[in-house]
Amino acid sequence: MLAFIIRRVGQAVIVLFTVGLVAFAIFRFMGDPVENMLGQEATVADRAALIERLGLNDPIPIQYLRFVGGALQGEFGISYRLGRPVSELIVERLPATLELAMVSALFALAFGVMLGVYTGIRRDGFLANVIMSSSLIGVSLPTFLIGILLIWIFAVEFGWLPSFGRGETVTLFGFWESVLFTVSGLKSLILPAITLGLYQMTLIMRLVRSEMLEVLRTDYIRFARARGLRRQAIYFTHALKNTLVPVITVTGLQLGSIIAFAIITETVFQWPGVGLLFINAISFVDIPVMAAYLLLVGAVFVTINLIVDLLYFAIDPRVRFDSPGKGA
Amino acid sequence: MNKTLAIALSAGVAVSAWGLASASPAEAETLRWARAGDSLTLDPHAQNEGPTHTLAHQMYEPLLQRDMEGKIIPALATSWAPTEDPTVWRFQLREGVTFHGGEAFTADDVVFSINRAKKPTSAMKELLNSVAEVKKVDDYTVDFVTNGPNPLLPNNLTNLFMMDEGWTTENDAVEPQDIANGGENYAVRNTNGTGAYMLVSRTPDERTVLQANPNYWGKGEFPLEVTEIVYTPIQSAATRVAALLSGEVDFIQDVPVQDLGRVDQQDGLKVVTAPQNRVIFFGLNVGDDDIPSDNVEGANPFADVRVRRAMNMAINRPAIKQVVMRDQSIPAGVIMPPFVNGWTEELDTYPAHDIEAAKALMAEAGYGDGFSVTLNCPNDRYINDEAICQAVVGMMGQIGIDVALDALPKAQHFPLINKWETDFYMLGWGVPTFDSEYIFNFLVHTKTDELGSWNGARYSNPELDSKIVSLASETNLEKRNATIAEIWAQVQEDQVYLPVHHQVLNWGMQDGINFDVQPEDQPHFKFLTMN
Repeated sequence: MLAFIIRRVGQAVIVLFTVGLVAFAIFRFMGDPVENMLGQEATVADRAALIERLGLNDPIPIQYLRFVGGALQGEFGISYRLGRPVSELIVERLPATLELAMVSALFALAFGVMLGVYTGIRRDGFLANVIMSSSLIGVSLPTFLIGILLIWIFAVEFGWLPSFGRGETVTLFGFWESVLFTVSGLKSLILPAITLGLYQMTLIMRLVRSEMLEVLRTDYIRFARARGLRRQAIYFTHALKNTLVPVITVTGLQLGSIIAFAIITETVFQWPGVGLLFINAISFVDIPVMAAYLLLVGAVFVTINLIVDLLYFAIDPRVRFDSPGKGA
Repeated sequence: MNKTLAIALSAGVAVSAWGLASASPAEAETLRWARAGDSLTLDPHAQNEGPTHTLAHQMYEPLLQRDMEGKIIPALATSWAPTEDPTVWRFQLREGVTFHGGEAFTADDVVFSINRAKKPTSAMKELLNSVAEVKKVDDYTVDFVTNGPNPLLPNNLTNLFMMDEGWTTENDAVEPQDIANGGENYAVRNTNGTGAYMLVSRTPDERTVLQANPNYWGKGEFPLEVTEIVYTPIQSAATRVAALLSGEVDFIQDVPVQDLGRVDQQDGLKVVTAPQNRVIFFGLNVGDDDIPSDNVEGANPFADVRVRRAMNMAINRPAIKQVVMRDQSIPAGVIMPPFVNGWTEELDTYPAHDIEAAKALMAEAGYGDGFSVTLNCPNDRYINDEAICQAVVGMMGQIGIDVALDALPKAQHFPLINKWETDFYMLGWGVPTFDSEYIFNFLVHTKTDELGSWNGARYSNPELDSKIVSLASETNLEKRNATIAEIWAQVQEDQVYLPVHHQVLNWGMQDGINFDVQPEDQPHFKFLTMN
């Protein structure tokens, strides 16, 4: 178990280094941050001086090593756009993104399982068919379009929900600005959370449905029916429980992509999280912010993968007994 | 307009970033304002950038400022004039002005603020290049000593904000925020200006709340009808428009061209339009003997003025206005916005769209069969920039020039111009000093370490260069304007650039608001009135 963890952590570190290296290789094609930083009045000499100060003349490997050196000490440099330490900016913005991602994931899980069970049981029902075919829309429409559609319907036409931003926030632990405890905050969370979670919801729904169909054909369900158990008990206690292992795996892995995909949702709804910070950084060629964000997303994915692997270890005895020490 | 009775917040409720006026029990007039980008910093000298200056203008004030029409009006100075020595400008300061913190505004603050803006980490230092020294004469008189006469000094001071010496020194913010080296100082998140509004709270990229300054010197002089401003950047254009349509904001800048009709038709909303201080044009490499991006060996077709004139004739400006810009542009014949000193209607007249005459010119220049070339274009900088370029590609095709379009984000496009890596490019230019010299210094003068930094055309005319340099110190305005006219005549004769149009600004707002569009896209809310 311990060897497994150590090996996994080692792999994770290599992945993060690679993410950083690939990112730095791409940054040189993104343009010149100096242009944005100086404004149009700058002279040729001003530009040269700033390039020198930022160390942008150095070869890419040197810039990369400098970045890694700083990152190992928790220093991600200074944002070119805002002139403030990147680590500070990310800590400030992360709560907004994490709250949005968590609520979206819960929404996706709750509705995904509910609708999945329903469509699994009522395989040929009219409503189930409607749900199944409209779920195709959720999968195929791009996120920003869903966001704009929701804004159009619920903010402009009906005026029920805010079209942008976060409502009132409450400060927790001295730094965590939370929207979960105010009415206007919760209202502002609804549309972004649905937009972000819709794809994952349809994914979970389809997974649950097919697992349910599978399980409902097995012998023990037939015997349970023969014993005369109540249908509710059969569906929810016996069948659903056995579909949940793959569902939990997929949800866990999708949490990473929810955090990463929050970029688009945050831009559409002006949700002030790390995704919005990243989008602004791209158009400004704010290299320190981009590098730190990519590492952050890399770290999130790696950590979630590690946790999912460990959960397997804990839940499924076969992983443990079949290949001791070899890992999953 | 949201008429809210200001409610004092009950103590103990930890509500942040949600400002409600709490001081006066009187009726408060809140303006909810949105635009695409947020201010980058509250330090008034750390960034030379539109949205940053716009927010700063509500809280800080310069010695003199531009009003909603772009005219220079007194702010913290009441009068200014050159003294008998033409290298010294004397400014009389407004008396009885206090900062938000209660400190009196005096000549010491002016000396301090200008020196601060001249420091190496300041982004405003280029505008003060001509200022050698600022001297206090008495508490309300200041002399600006320039390196040689500078007739346009006041034009450079409209965005130079005055800070309180005591407050800035006490809070250790004497050096402007160093964006390259990560200095954050107290002034980045706190303000102490003399302006009509005071900072209540601010969360960058989220919400900034300002409240009317009860001790503002301009009471009675400006309408000051807005008592609270809630400023929210909304980056996505569709969301910004939706927020206005749904009544969540009262006033937006940057209305996308395709949504103008939608906003204007909605009951209770209107769009106000005016020409912007920005002209869009194409630059051509006229200086090199051969250019790499064309298919002509050993020659540069753009070096021939007949080719440039033919291209100028081939651009169908009315069509671009109608089809690409949906009528939201003013076709241009000169690369100078209309309110700039030196502009004449004659200069701004563009040639008729005449394919036959253009083809004849091409044939005369020896390019009757045309040639091919690459056009570099930004795709996220100007209104419909890439679409304009696409239209021009077709128009050039009509006279035999086969143009390959390369559209890139601005961060990649502008370095091409500065590094001289493009031979045919789009550029837009605004003139913050409202004087032709600014255009010549950056776009027409031969590229040197100091001047001509945006001269991607490689244009070099020593005779013009000396005329341009002479403008800086010519105090006889009549003579100076004559020189400006001469320079323009030569620039037009040589067809150095191909003008396309003047951009138009659109502000969307609730019907009840009376507010003119400011040509620099800087709303000054102290001027806003309501029905």
